[in-house]
Order: sequence, then structure tokens, then C-alpha cells
Amino acid sequence: MTPLLKVQGLHVAYSDRMGELCPALAGVNFDLGPGEILGVVGESGSGKSTLAAALLRLLPSNGKIQQGTVLFEGKNLLDASAQDLRKIRGGRIGLIFQEPGSSLHPTMPVGQQVSDVLAAHESLDRHTLSERTSQLLATVFPVDAERISVSYPHELSGGQRQRVLIAQAIACGPSLLIADEPTASLDPTTQQEILQLFQTVRQNFGLAIILITHNPALLVGLADRLLVLYAGRVAEIGPTARVLATPQHPYTAALWRCLPSHFRQSQGTRKTQMHVIPGDPPDLSIQARGCRFEPRCTARMEVCKSHEPGAVVVGERHEVSCFKFPG
Amino acid sequence: MRYFLRRTLHAVFLLFGVSLLTFLFSALTPGNYFDEMRLNPQISRETVAALRAQYQLDRPLPVRYAHWLMAVAHGELGFSFAYNSPVGPLLWVRARNTLFLTITAMLLAWLLALPLGVWSASRFGRAPDRVLSWATATLLVIPDLVLALGLLILAVRTGWFPTGGLASVGFENLSPLHKLRDLASHLALPVAALVLATLPMLVRHVRASVAEVLEASFLRAAVGHGIPHPKLLYGYALRAAANPLISLFGFSVGTLLSGSLLVEVVMSWPGLGPLLLEAILARDLYVVIGGVLLSMIFLVSGNLFADVLLYWADPRIRIAASAK
Amino acid sequence: MQPLLRVENLVKHYAAGRPAPKDKSAALDGVSLSIPARTTLALVGESGSGKSTLALCIACLEHPTSGSIWFEGIDVVALDENQKRLLRPRIQLVFQDPASSLNPRWTALEIVSEPFFVQGRFSKQERSDKACTWLDHVGISPKMVSRRVDELSGGQKQRLAIARALALEPRLIVLDEALSALDCSVQAQISNLLLELQSSLGLTYLFITHDFAMAAHLADEIAVMDHGRIVESGPAEKILRSPGQDATRALLAATPGVPKTQSTLVNF
Repeated sequence: MTPLLKVQGLHVAYSDRMGELCPALAGVNFDLGPGEILGVVGESGSGKSTLAAALLRLLPSNGKIQQGTVLFEGKNLLDASAQDLRKIRGGRIGLIFQEPGSSLHPTMPVGQQVSDVLAAHESLDRHTLSERTSQLLATVFPVDAERISVSYPHELSGGQRQRVLIAQAIACGPSLLIADEPTASLDPTTQQEILQLFQTVRQNFGLAIILITHNPALLVGLADRLLVLYAGRVAEIGPTARVLATPQHPYTAALWRCLPSHFRQSQGTRKTQMHVIPGDPPDLSIQARGCRFEPRCTARMEVCKSHEPGAVVVGERHEVSCFKFPG
Repeated sequence: MRYFLRRTLHAVFLLFGVSLLTFLFSALTPGNYFDEMRLNPQISRETVAALRAQYQLDRPLPVRYAHWLMAVAHGELGFSFAYNSPVGPLLWVRARNTLFLTITAMLLAWLLALPLGVWSASRFGRAPDRVLSWATATLLVIPDLVLALGLLILAVRTGWFPTGGLASVGFENLSPLHKLRDLASHLALPVAALVLATLPMLVRHVRASVAEVLEASFLRAAVGHGIPHPKLLYGYALRAAANPLISLFGFSVGTLLSGSLLVEVVMSWPGLGPLLLEAILARDLYVVIGGVLLSMIFLVSGNLFADVLLYWADPRIRIAASAK
Repeated sequence: MQPLLRVENLVKHYAAGRPAPKDKSAALDGVSLSIPARTTLALVGESGSGKSTLALCIACLEHPTSGSIWFEGIDVVALDENQKRLLRPRIQLVFQDPASSLNPRWTALEIVSEPFFVQGRFSKQERSDKACTWLDHVGISPKMVSRRVDELSGGQKQRLAIARALALEPRLIVLDEALSALDCSVQAQISNLLLELQSSLGLTYLFITHDFAMAAHLADEIAVMDHGRIVESGPAEKILRSPGQDATRALLAATPGVPKTQSTLVNF
């Protein structure tokens, strides 16, 4: 089965004010099949937002894709011409940025913002455009779609804005959706509704989704596979159930231990000290030769200081980058 | 709505205040229109006194102000000593000429500033943008007077443009097409002077507002949706950057009567500017007050206009205003 | 022994037509609760339930429409402005977003020294020493104290906010979604810090959140808010194992990671 998306050896760096290059992603490899949901888990500084932006070459002006390939439906996105890229963005790949509040134009009604996405990729007459827009909004807003269509972003709640972003992203029937922290700053109930909406959209339109979050609990029951990012590198990637139940990478295991007890479905006592990952998140502006997790790893070995581990297959579609596993 | 009623009331009070101050200052400056006459030995002291009495210049200040106010309430703006005619019609003819000039210049300036500013912002920091910034900075530094004089010299040296006035001799006898051409050739230099004077600031404002918006998240999101480039710049970026520009536009409307004085005087354009200048020098009291009042009306209306435009253009302001 | 904080029938209505700030527009409709000293009460609810409004009233930053708030036996609502000012150091707030509650251009040391500066009775050296002590208490190492706020990570900023709150030696700290914006591993670290500070300094916490998981971990008692009223309250285990009200069950079921069929957190 040819994967829908195949990322190989992606390296991205940012240049700071002095012009020094600070690596954000290093050697990221993964692939995604059609209709599959991949959950990308990473904490601040792991490079998860950089990944979302880099796939569509939407990095800010100081970001640079240094090397790698991003094969989407057989074509390398990193080589695509500006014209082709514009057609793919929004047309074949839908992107939902963080912060629904600031991803919408402040002085345009949201219905028009959805129409604009349609108009950018398909040449439709006004009547059809308006019909398609209403249909789209009805998909994400089961009630009240008419009123929402003429509202401005500041008149909507966080959850409603998020739904508008989803409508924009699926407008032209893409085969891949990339959602960067779609439920941050939302209430638990609204969070569940939005995640449910992703499920529905996947079922009805058969699209693949890359869901990026810092809260792994959100991906339970939703993601088919999990990708754990640490310091711009893929620590572990595999089927969700397996990665949750038996994490192989020391970082993944430590991260799961940090979560409140109920999530781990294991006995815990309240009001006691939680497990923490000792040390601080890595400073990526400082060059390092070995594994980035080594300073905080409980299972570290000598080789970890001097060499970076490569990916090792440990199960069906399950890979880990750690020297614990010979490969 | 209450908001605008309040603002309008405020504006009326403002106009009262300005008229009073102008009256006061003009009356307090030493001398009056007839002082020149006093120096002329052929006119007797009694004649001067009689003239003064006729124009009520010997009455106390508050009385004169009250009379003037009553006259304004009836739509009369007073009497010009120098032209020996009512102020109203006099001002109107000149104001019309000024507006003709300034409206043309303003529209042209904005039509040029918007694309230039947007283009510059989209190439922010790169060579073309730097060249434009350098050019606008240079133009800003050159005083308006120098610009106007420079253009005048161009006219004199090349003979391509007339050097002053509104129309050539024998204007009435021309065919409509020729009339238009004649008008255009007389208009060209003053408009050019005004445009060169106001364009740099406008371009810089447009560039700054748009450049700021180009960094915004919603614009990156729009790029992510594949919105085509021209629509991004004009439909999204400029639209979001519109607020400060709309305010600026409103203020431009406010200065339609007052901003062109220098150019009019230098280029002999028969507008409000030269009239006011003469009147101030000759102590033609009512012309001065009338002219200042008219300019103030425009200024205040311009501000109000800016507010109305902003209210219409930005839905967030509607909410804030209705909540008050 | 009387509770440290007792709230009785607190009502807060916003006048019609006044544009109340978006997340604090919820009214309070007769809220009563009490927090014994040295314990943690978690206030759980969705946004719009009134939890932040309640926090602001308790911290004397909003004036309630009616009802009473007793802190250490004193009726806070009846105090005048001067008396309230004397009381304020004893109730401190820590907010969700440290980036907006801390001045980004100040250094960590300056931020924690400021309360001492305001009190006006310490020399510069004394202020600096006291500030460093508190910074050390919250785990900000001496080489970080001269870093500017915008150079710190999210977890460090939150530690700084806690240090600033502690500088005034409060009895009650109101944490308004203080952990919600943090990464998982950082949440764990700050949670441990809060527990440790509670036992060493005898602090009382009012922990406001919409995340039942963290509430479950930190609280002795849980109160559930919905539409401006407390719909259910009691010891944490009881609420978690056998919630009585629909609102509580809905919140429990919405906690990420909990299977849809489950509406309790039984692993406690």
C-alpha cells in the first residue's frame, strides 16, 4: 500500500537574530496511509508546530528547510513550484493552525472566509459557491449554521471558531488534514465535541489526519498511530494501543508516568508527588553530539553521549530511536 | 446613534469656540482695515471715522460678536471691506476652486499610495522596498514650498504648462473638449505639487500598516488555504490594515480646504488660500473669520466622517460603540 | 475550628448592557463553600460557570452584589478600601497565563522583589536576599534569577508567578487554571512543587480548573460549579467514585483519556 504521505530525513532550522542556525527538526521520518489518523505528541520545543508548518512550506521568514523529502501523492512538496504548492494548500491538504482566535480574519464574516477557500481552488458561479458554503457550514454546525455564516470571529466562542477552521480545511475535499493543537484553550466538553467532529469527518470523507498535541490523553481512542517527538527528533512511532501500553523509548515511558493516575489506568494515590522527568527541556541552540534525551534518561549508556541513535523496528509499524534496541 | 449625536453636538460647540477665538484674536491685533486709509492724507479723519462707524468697528467687542452670531444664524457671514461685498458668496467661489484642486489631488494621491504601499510592504526589507523608502524620505524632507517652486520653474523653462491661474484668457470661447484640456493643463502643476507633498506620508502609512498585518496569524492561515496572492494582499491584508488608513482618509477630507494654501499662493490658483492671506494682511476681519470657520467645519466634519467610516468598516468598533 | 475561608450565598450580577469581559461575564447565583486551613479545594466547572468570577470576588478584586465572604473570621465584603488593602497580601492569585501576568521585560529577581519594594520597609540588599530565597524555594536556580521573563520557559514562568505570590507570605493562594497551559511533564513538576509548599508552609489552596484529572490529584475536597452555582461538593474520593449530579458526570466523562462509557474515576 503506497503511503499517502512519506516524510524522509526532514531537517528544519531557524536562524536567530545573529544569523546563527538553531535546529528545530532533525532527521524526521514517518509515513501516513490514506484515511489514517496519526497523533503527534510533543512538548514545547519538540518541534511539533514546526513540523506542521514545514510540510506545507509555511515556515516563518527565519525558518529554513535544510534537507529532506516530503512525498505527497507521489510528488515531493519541497520541490513543488509556487503555483502547484498553492493548489495543494487548501486543495489537497487542509491545515488548521493553532489559536483559532487569531487564524480568522477579524473583519470578515466567517461564511465569506469559508467561501474564499472554495473560490481559491474551484471555479464556481456565485450561486453554487453560496450553496456549497452553506452545506459545509451545516456539516460542522448542526444547528444555527445560517446565523454563524454572517457572524464575525469575535462574536463566536472558541469552539465555534475551531469549527469554522475545520470547515475551511475540509472545504475542497482534501485527502490530508493537519491540525495543530486543535483543542488547546477549549473546555473539556467542547474538546470532546471537536475530537468527535474529527472522527466524523474522517469517516465521512475518508481523509487522513495528522493531529498534533501536547496532551497525549486526547489521542486515546482517536489516533491509529502515535508519533512521539523529542527535541526535533522522532523518539518513537507505532500503533497507539501499543505505544500507550508498552512504551519502548525511555522518554515516552517517562512522559506517560507524568500523567495523572487515572489516565494510566493504574492504581495511584492522590496528593502524592507525581513522577517527573528530571532535568530541563533541551536547549536546541546548543550543539550536541549524542542523544538529546541522554541527560534526563534513566537508562542512559556510554554510547548515548557520543552518538545519535537511529530508528530500530521493534514491532509491526513500530519504531524506536534508542540504543537500548540493537539494530 | 447616540454616539454620533453626541459627537455632532460636540462639534457645534467646537465651532462656537473657534469662532469666538478667531474673532477675539483678530479684533485684538492692533489696527483695523481702515488704518491704511488714515495714512492717506487725502482722506479726512471724519471720513475714516464715518466709515468705521458704518462698519461698526467702533462698537465694543461683545456687541460685534453678538451681531455677527445673529447674522450667521441667518446664513450671512458678514461683509468684506476690501471687496465691498458679502463674505458668503465670495468664500463660496474661492472654496469651490480649492476643493476642485484638493479633491483631485487627494484622490490621485490615495490611488497611487495604496498600490505603492502594498507593493512595498510585500517586499519588506528587500531592495525595491528600500529604494521606495529612500525616495519617500527624500520627498518628505523637501519642503512643500521648494516642491511648488521647483514645478513652477519647470513650467517656466519648458513652457509645457501654464504658470498660474485657473483658465486661459478666452476660456469661454473654447469648445468643451478644449475647455477640458485647458483646465487639465492648469490643474496639472498644482495637483502635482500637492500629490508630491502628501504622497510620501501616505505611502509610509500604508506600508507600515500592511507590513504589520502581513505578519499576522490569519494571513499565514489564509496562505495555508491557498488563497491567491493578489487576493491575499488586497482582500485580506489591506482590509485588515484598513483601520488606521480609514482614520487617515477621514483626516485628509478634513484638510481639503486648509492644506493647499501654500501651493495655491505660489501657483496663483484662485482658491481660498490666497483670499485668506490677503484678508489677514489687510485686516479684512469678516473674511478671515468666515474662512477660518469654513475650514474648521471641514476639519470637524472630516473627523466625524472618519469615525463613521470606521464604524461601518470594522464590526468590532460597532460592538464597542453600542456597548457604551 | 473555623475554616480559613467561608463563603455564604455569594451573588454577583453584572449590570445589563455593560460589556463584561468575555471569560468573566458569568454571574454568581448564590455560592456557598468553606475551606479549612492547610487543605486544597478544587473548583471544577466549564468556562462560563462562574469559577473565575468567584476567584476574583474572593481575592477582593471584584465586589459581589450580595452575600458574605469570611476570611480568618473577618467579613471581607464589609471592609473599606484601606482595610482591604491590608488584607490583600494574605490572599494571592496565580493565573493561567504567566506570560500576560508577568511583565516580560523584568528579570525574575525584579518581579519577586517588587512586593517587598511596595511594602517599603526593606533595604535593597534585604529585598534581593528575600527574593532569592523565595526563588530558590520554587526551584529557580541562582543563575536564572537575572534572566528576563521572556527568556524563561512556560514552567519557569509559572514557578516565578508562584514565587511572587509567596513573597507576601499569604495564607490562601487562589490558582486560576494555573496548570492548564503547561506541558504534561511540567504540570507534574509544578504540581509536586505546590504539594511540597503546602506541607512546608501550611498554605491553603483554592484550585480552579476544568481538568478533573488534576483536580483529582491535588484536592482534598472538590466542588463542581455550573451556571453560577455549586451543584455538588464533598470529599474528593466521594465525588470521583460516585458523582451525584449530571453536571459532574458530564465533566468526568469529558476528561481526556476516560472511555466514553465511564463517568467516574475509579482508580483512586
